[in-house]
Amino acid sequence: MRQNPFVLLILFVLSSCASGPNVNARDPLEPLNRGVFKFNDAVDTAVLKPVATLYRDVTPVPVRQGVGNFFGNLKDAWSFVNNALQLKGQAAVESLVRFGVNTFIGLGGVLDVATEMGIEKHTKDFGHTLGYWGVAPGPYLVLPLLGPSTLRDTVALPVDLQGDIVANITHVPTRNTVTAVRAVDTRESLLDATTMLEEMALDKYTFTRDAFLQLRRSAIFDGDPPDEDEAEKSSVQDKEVKP
Amino acid sequence: MNRRLLARLLAVLVVGTSSLLAPPVHAADETADALINRLSTEVLNSIKADQSIQAGEVSRIIALVDAKLMPNMNFKRMTASAVGPAWRQASPEQQKRLQDEFKILLVRTYAGALAQVNDLTFIVKPLRASPEDREVVVRTVIKGRGDPIQLDYRLEKTPGEGAGWKIYNLNVMGVWLVETYRSQFVQEINGKGLDGLIATLTDRNKVNAKKG
Repeated sequence: MRQNPFVLLILFVLSSCASGPNVNARDPLEPLNRGVFKFNDAVDTAVLKPVATLYRDVTPVPVRQGVGNFFGNLKDAWSFVNNALQLKGQAAVESLVRFGVNTFIGLGGVLDVATEMGIEKHTKDFGHTLGYWGVAPGPYLVLPLLGPSTLRDTVALPVDLQGDIVANITHVPTRNTVTAVRAVDTRESLLDATTMLEEMALDKYTFTRDAFLQLRRSAIFDGDPPDEDEAEKSSVQDKEVKP
Repeated sequence: MNRRLLARLLAVLVVGTSSLLAPPVHAADETADALINRLSTEVLNSIKADQSIQAGEVSRIIALVDAKLMPNMNFKRMTASAVGPAWRQASPEQQKRLQDEFKILLVRTYAGALAQVNDLTFIVKPLRASPEDREVVVRTVIKGRGDPIQLDYRLEKTPGEGAGWKIYNLNVMGVWLVETYRSQFVQEINGKGLDGLIATLTDRNKVNAKKG
């Protein structure tokens, strides 16, 4: 970590506002995070959500499905690398086969032929890989525009960017266009989720944080994380390990 | 991670929470995984057969939940666990209100997803537990059109009561329901006290009801 300005900024903020009345151990930067969350929410309400809603209203389902499949396919390529880095042989092979099948038979990824064939998706990014090898998530961070993350996942971002086919397009206008389309596609796929969030959450910020951290941790342990929660701790998990 | 994540997540939660819609008719205690398997099957079938539930008619769903789901859940434990240490200071009346409002919040949120269950199937994973375990986790996978969705249940043994097991927590794609509400509840209690939390839940339910 040599003089990455972003990391330095984070460390600075971390040392400057680490305590408040009700500090959550996983979220020492809550005041700052809440500010960024508010900003993201405002941008979303003003721009991203309306555009995504319009996109949903004007495009037929097969088109949106094709767009989603296309970007999902690009992700499979990076999942292959990360599953390989985690020495998950079968998941790596399946990711690679998915990418191959969908790229060449599925018209460049527009059709998700691999899922029809029953080849499972194993989405993994570099943050997962770091977590798999024991890097702790560190404090929760809300990134401008990108949303929920952790210190570990933020440090992993530049690597994920290297592995992102879209980010490596050299023709700048094309890259910008594709990036924008991907953002709209992602937001569209989350429209229902955010509607539910509005109804379910007493505090959207806290709900998002607590769900995100669990989701992330679970994904690192492939859906089967060891118990960490004191209040829920019981003999269940200990006994489960035994055959 | 995928398209229409939420629609499916909702559908799965509906199947999950409503998997208990079956009457506890079995006299002998079942194993936890057999219970989940039976309930999931019966609930899926009964939702598929009922148009008004699929349409998300909340009063009907709540009636169903009360009559059939609640006997297989320890909802008091679930609520207490989400409320945290303050639960012990709550009066019986406050405890009842908390459970009622929390239940409505959850039921209403999932009600909209009931139309989605027609395409779903599920499998119950092999149980990793020994016979003397008092608490177990039953893991299931719901399969629809997209990626498979993980849905796990925590159950406690209740010998001779109900089917012999009661559910006290649910996990969708790695996110436990109780844990997701705990910080929010604590936040409310710290700021406004137990009655403040009850009021917030009640208000939220009213707002959600208006949205239909």
